[in-house]
Amino acid sequence: MIRFVIKRLLVAIPTLWAVLTTVFILVRVVPGDPTMVILGDQASEAARAALREKLGLGKPILAQYIDFMTQVLHGDLGRSLATNRPIVDDVLAVLPWTIELTLASLVVGAVIGIPLGVLAAEKRDGFADWFARIFSLAGVSFPAFVSGILLLLAFSVELRWFPVISTAKSDDWFGRLRALVLPSINLGLLMVAYVTRVTRSGMLQALGEDYVRTARSKGLGRRLVVWRHAFPNVLVPVVTVVGLYLGVLIGNAVLTEIVFNRPGIGKLIVTALNQRDYTLLQGLMVVSAFAIVIANILTDLTYGLVDPRVKTA
Amino acid sequence: MSAVTQPRNTVLSRALRTPGLAIGVVIVVVMIAAAVFAPWISPYDPDDQDVMLVLVGPESGHLLGTDAFGRDVLSRILWGARISLTVGFLSTAVGVAVGTAIGIVAGYYGGLVDRLVVAATDVLLSFPQLIMGLLLVAVLGASLTNLVIAIAVTAAPAFVRLARGSTMAMRERDFVDACRSLGYSDVRIMFLHVLPNILDELVVMASLWLAAAIRTESTLAFIGLSVPPPTATWGGIVREGFDNLLDGPWLALFPSLAILAVMIGLNLIGDGLRDATDPRAPQ
Repeated sequence: MIRFVIKRLLVAIPTLWAVLTTVFILVRVVPGDPTMVILGDQASEAARAALREKLGLGKPILAQYIDFMTQVLHGDLGRSLATNRPIVDDVLAVLPWTIELTLASLVVGAVIGIPLGVLAAEKRDGFADWFARIFSLAGVSFPAFVSGILLLLAFSVELRWFPVISTAKSDDWFGRLRALVLPSINLGLLMVAYVTRVTRSGMLQALGEDYVRTARSKGLGRRLVVWRHAFPNVLVPVVTVVGLYLGVLIGNAVLTEIVFNRPGIGKLIVTALNQRDYTLLQGLMVVSAFAIVIANILTDLTYGLVDPRVKTA
Repeated sequence: MSAVTQPRNTVLSRALRTPGLAIGVVIVVVMIAAAVFAPWISPYDPDDQDVMLVLVGPESGHLLGTDAFGRDVLSRILWGARISLTVGFLSTAVGVAVGTAIGIVAGYYGGLVDRLVVAATDVLLSFPQLIMGLLLVAVLGASLTNLVIAIAVTAAPAFVRLARGSTMAMRERDFVDACRSLGYSDVRIMFLHVLPNILDELVVMASLWLAAAIRTESTLAFIGLSVPPPTATWGGIVREGFDNLLDGPWLALFPSLAILAVMIGLNLIGDGLRDATDPRAPQ
């Protein structure tokens, strides 16, 4: 197990290096003068020169690249142009909010998507199947800001069941949980759709296998046949699809955080964009690309847990 | 000739028998018509402000109400369809064309070219699509051309992968050997003989990506990174509605429904085409 993790991490190193290089190039070698963007076209040449000095833009590009790489390797993402605070501190301050939201939406995806997919496969072309199909079509069709606004209109503005602004004091657990409901449903909607589809098609295949017929002919109960014999086969594709769409989930988290006014990485990205804070943006790109690489490793590790045939050693 | 065209006919006839696909086609055709005929069917000029009728509801002679500047929401949605659909179709076309060309070349030649291309797509796919789009538009500047470029860049890697994989499978087939022995050039084999054989898969994925592209455009507009105001964009109108959510909920609601309808239509088409081209699907 540990050997597998180490091997997997070693494989990830070239990818991470390339990701860092891409971010560096994107943020630095773009057309136009960054000081023009940051200071506007009214700034004096002296102010521009001072800013270039501060950003290290006067140095040769290779020196800048080495500086950037060394910094990141030391866990330092530099300082924000707008606030001059260390970017790592800003990221760590909001990271728990984003992780909380993402995990909650994965739970929503699993708790609704798996039973719905199983039921749809069991009663193929029946009511549950049609419901599952329409539900998952809606799930993949809703842009996250549209579903968020509709949820907000229905449950916060009309019914007043949930607060319009989802931030709650962190010591008020009930309040925090209540504020998490709508955002996690919103973010989970897409996961429900994908999980339902994958579970349904996997279960359809598994339920047609010989061993399921054998189990049925042995007189085993429906619950035992479906959940113990057929269902475990679906776990690998479900884990795959969750891992695969984590990138989309991170993108949707940005929108969910804006609509429900929650702190988080997504909110920070938009702040960085609005303030033209390129060092903050660069740091956030690094963080989100790292998150995807780590998620891929976790996905590979989970295969070993859900499928005994996958050897992780 | 009939031997070549027959499988295509089967796919088409199977596709047309799928009710979902037909519904999808109707929705998308209506939306395209709305965009094309916007100048003639809009009840008002989309940029005309009526300061006496600010944020009034659908009961005011404006079918879908007015926004915070007193502009007619229906007219703005109709005109906004032009931006959303243009950006969606153009960026998908560019992404598919560039991605497919690179993928076919990588799959056909293999070797170092292939390894470099795979490494490059791996890196591009490590970034969340939306965040990559955000960054590109932010650094390039928000304009119609730059939106198309940014969204095409996020779409291309997926098509590189697909075209590369299919081309590698085709490369080993006898007809490619036959073409080679006839002395055809590599370019001719790749684009006149391999490409038509992998087109089905590309079309299915392109239809699903079209939905993703339109979603990305409306999302960028919602964040404030699309064609700048006062030009009407669906995402932009939703944003104005979101900022006035308590005073005029319809302002966010109606453009949201327009976006949703296009998404559902395109996804129905994509799913229907996928089922129709999937040999494992029941007849």
